[in-house]
Amino acid sequence: MEMAELQKKVCSILAENLSVPEDKVTPESRFQEDLDADSLDLVEAVLALEEEFGVTIPEEEMEGVQTVGQAIQLVATKLGVAA
Amino acid sequence: MPEGAVALVTGAAGGIGAATSLALARSGLTVIVGFRSDGDRAEEVAAKIRAEGLRAHAQAIDVLDEASIGEAFDATERDRGPVQVLVNNAGFMRDGLAVKYPTAAWESTIDTNLTGAFLCCRRALPKMLRPRWGRIVNVSSAAALRGNPGQAAYSASKAGLLGLTRALAREVGGRGITVNAVCPGFVDTGMTESTADEMRRRYVEMTPAGRVGTPEEVAAVIAFLAGAEAGYVNGAVISVDGGLTA
Repeated sequence: MEMAELQKKVCSILAENLSVPEDKVTPESRFQEDLDADSLDLVEAVLALEEEFGVTIPEEEMEGVQTVGQAIQLVATKLGVAA
Repeated sequence: MPEGAVALVTGAAGGIGAATSLALARSGLTVIVGFRSDGDRAEEVAAKIRAEGLRAHAQAIDVLDEASIGEAFDATERDRGPVQVLVNNAGFMRDGLAVKYPTAAWESTIDTNLTGAFLCCRRALPKMLRPRWGRIVNVSSAAALRGNPGQAAYSASKAGLLGLTRALAREVGGRGITVNAVCPGFVDTGMTESTADEMRRRYVEMTPAGRVGTPEEVAAVIAFLAGAEAGYVNGAVISVDGGLTA
């Protein structure tokens, strides 16, 4: 998979999970401040990403993730997709 | 309640688990009768339910073993559907005075009664969060509310279940999921079979109802909590003990 495609897919899943319009979800979007996501929302979004991409994201790795871009990067690393 | 929803009852080869499986099936759920080692008895429970034209299947699940839990949930999701009603009923009880209580027995008690329940909750929750609907009922005990000599480990594990119940209720309550606990008093089951007659007599004396409870009486409350009507009951602890802890 290419990064552009991955980015699109991740944003789409996040938009659906956080119940926000897809055009509001950009790599710069911050989960808390911009997307109004609380910690449970975030966990649910991570579960959805895990399911979609067949990856496992342990709790420790979620800690630094505050923006959509960081989430994309996390998944990309796991899938071996180059930036 | 989602149409044809699936319920998993751990430790359901006999006692409260078996009675609960029947009650849940009668309320319209497809019931997974969980067992650790007694596959034959679990199959009997499932067969008895199917004989009423209802849906039930036996499934091996050892709550002491994370891999076993994973496999059981995977198999259920693959063959029957996601578990949306979870009854953490698998329980272990071994009495003994604290001053002589073996560490291994303490660990088994906590691991089965408390950790096992937590592990099952953790595995079940994602499939309840998505559809914004779920029911978790933890089978605690009157021993969680009142101490009994010889039951330090048991009481600790069952009281721990109440903490787990409340914390989880607050975490996921906003997602259409309820998490509640029932506290049975003395009920005649395989687990209490080895209780000395003298002890059993004392329980009955202490119980205003003047008798022991039946598995069906506990199952009825669990079935209520698992149902659509109990959507506003969350983080509750319901005693089914004839007034023992009143």
